[in-house]
Amino acid sequence: MDVVLLSRLQFATATMFHFLFVPFTLGLSFLVAYMETRYVKTGDETYLRMTKFWGKLFLINFAIGVVTGITLEFQFGTNWSRYSAYVGDIFGSLLAIEATTSFFLESTLIGVWIFGWKKLSKKAHAAVMWLIAVASTFSAVWILIANAWMQNPVGYTIRDGRAELVDFAAVLFQKYAIFKFIHTVSAAYVLSAFFVMGVSAYHLLKKQNIDFFTRSFKTALGFGIIFSFVVVIMGDINGVIIAEKQPTKLAAMESLWETTTRAPVYLFALPDEENERNKIEIGAMPGMLSFLVRHDINAEIRGLKAFPKEERPPVLITSFAFKGMVGLGFYFILAAILGWWKRNRLVDSPKYLKLMLLSIPLPYMACELGWIVAEVGRQPWIVYGLMKTSDAVSPIATSQVLTTLIGFVLVYGLLGVTGFYLIAKNALKSPELATDN
Amino acid sequence: MVLQTIWFFLWGLLWALFFMTDGFDLGIGTLYPFLGKTDQDKRIMINALGPLWDGNEVWLITAGGVTFAAFPLVYSVMFSSLYSALMLILFALILRGVSFEFRGKVDHPRWRKIWDTCIFVGSFVPALLFGVAFANIFQGIPIDHNGIYHGTLFTLLNPYGLLGGILFVLLFMIHGALWISIKSEGDLQERAASTANKLWPVLLGVMVIFLIASKFSTHLFDNYIEHPAFFIVILITVLALLSVRFFLVRKTFFKAWFASALTIVGTTFFGVIGLFPNLFPSSLNPRYSLTAYNASSSPLTLKIMLVVVTIFIPLIIGYQIWAYNLFKGKVTQADLAHDEAY
Repeated sequence: MDVVLLSRLQFATATMFHFLFVPFTLGLSFLVAYMETRYVKTGDETYLRMTKFWGKLFLINFAIGVVTGITLEFQFGTNWSRYSAYVGDIFGSLLAIEATTSFFLESTLIGVWIFGWKKLSKKAHAAVMWLIAVASTFSAVWILIANAWMQNPVGYTIRDGRAELVDFAAVLFQKYAIFKFIHTVSAAYVLSAFFVMGVSAYHLLKKQNIDFFTRSFKTALGFGIIFSFVVVIMGDINGVIIAEKQPTKLAAMESLWETTTRAPVYLFALPDEENERNKIEIGAMPGMLSFLVRHDINAEIRGLKAFPKEERPPVLITSFAFKGMVGLGFYFILAAILGWWKRNRLVDSPKYLKLMLLSIPLPYMACELGWIVAEVGRQPWIVYGLMKTSDAVSPIATSQVLTTLIGFVLVYGLLGVTGFYLIAKNALKSPELATDN
Repeated sequence: MVLQTIWFFLWGLLWALFFMTDGFDLGIGTLYPFLGKTDQDKRIMINALGPLWDGNEVWLITAGGVTFAAFPLVYSVMFSSLYSALMLILFALILRGVSFEFRGKVDHPRWRKIWDTCIFVGSFVPALLFGVAFANIFQGIPIDHNGIYHGTLFTLLNPYGLLGGILFVLLFMIHGALWISIKSEGDLQERAASTANKLWPVLLGVMVIFLIASKFSTHLFDNYIEHPAFFIVILITVLALLSVRFFLVRKTFFKAWFASALTIVGTTFFGVIGLFPNLFPSSLNPRYSLTAYNASSSPLTLKIMLVVVTIFIPLIIGYQIWAYNLFKGKVTQADLAHDEAY
């Protein structure tokens, strides 16, 4: 194995692990802030208990999210030094702005929230969680602007052998960034809503703390319904943008080999990359792809063969990840609508509750699959059309990367086991009696 | 030129602020197995830094991020050259961070023991390696004209590098011991203060040896000889170190801690001023060195970033002071009894 592959595996391990914890905190911060506000406004102790119960789960996730985020920021330098030198003028400044404007606020206030119950007024304490929620959303804004720039570089010029910033506004406000942000954040909200609904379902199935978990379920349900629609709609818009900006990614997502009008969407297709065709094609819907991405069933869509072999992404991974993500996206809408229908007789719907309990891992999978589509689908480019991944890697020894990759797998493996053990332990126990200290 | 110079010193300032703030957390973690005799002591120690460490650690992220934004070439060469050392630091910091959060979540002695060990390792290793890394930067790193590093992790563990490591560990241990003296009472406070007292002459000795060794192992003093006015920074640092002792014997721990903070900032700036304009000097050939002038971002990026930090850094300092102030006073029994306490 070479340095490029090992570095990619390491970065994938680090980011995918990081993203098991981040989406939950993005959504839960708002839910917890809402619960605490309800407590402050109504004085209802159940809302305080909800704040504490879900808050504890939020904090465990937050801790793991923070510590695994640090390694990501530094890995651009350690493992992708040529990339960093080439695009640091733009990409580096986005990361630095994220740290100074958002991450600092979030991290300083998290300590204040955990330890400040008695030191702050009730209102101020709830306000701290709102600020944490807003700051973490802005963190996501900056990080996704940076990622969008890797997908579709804009506002730069090549000078002295590197990409230099010429138009900051173009970088900040490009379509790609805006829709990527909404799509990603909505996915995070769906994940946290399904987590809260799933855990509540567990307790409702055992018929314990019924009022507490019915309220928790309903709070998350509203959130879940709205954002399960938003995430799919935004995904559709993203498809249009990808068709325009990253034609190779689109063709790989749909495993479309030939350039054609009335391009189809397949319910299932098994690509055969060697022979540049699909081995199996099931459920072709002619014109569907043309219609979805160009709003015209007769529009011509370029297939993979229109691009040189060395500029195509891995088709199998990209298309499977994409299909899986889309399928799950529709499932979330159905599950949420079903919940709305049953919302006033949840305790009497054990089958639905079981379904929701078992659905907890699904949004996690959907989020990871989404990132696989985004990142594997961008290959062989690290910055689309501008720099190849193979040119971006650090001039370091294979043994160094192999050692740290093993380190990542071990440390993150242990961290994952411990983290999910603690999350499960705290999620499955009964919420404690309310104490305001 | 002016922009690059400003950014050079801002870069130094951010690292100094990181060492000053997270330094006492790392110091407390290093002292943890020695000062924390009972579970109660240990909990007081980690709750003394509990509300603050996360915000402190972000100075590292910001220092790293600003290196990336303002000096991308330095970011890329520095972090890939110091690959193994940096990765060790990052793994250690991961362990430290989750240990605080995890330790109290399961009530079992063996569970706590695991995280106790992680707190120590996760604090001592970064304290040592940051010192080793910065001493090596002061001294020069074997990088060639392509910024490729010719050495291994062990190349960094040379006598001057290790001396820097020991210096940082001592600085942080005293800084941490003083914070514990501020935040605790009775036996623990006495032991923390006495530890600071015992370590102080050792730190003084190491500091003097480090200054002398810097004369022989580095070119740091060249800038001072050229502009003798800068000697004032060394003078202030030494005075700050002396005042640590002065306040310590009078048991005015907060003043002693403040003097210790100034010592840490002064020590960092001693190196940063000596380095100027080098950010990452090459020991193979001075022409390969990365400087504020040949490794910076474009003027546009430097300007945008300058606007961002001029607005936000004072704001951050403001709300961090607010947070420190909110949690002033001793860690009490009531604090430890509270649900979310570590």
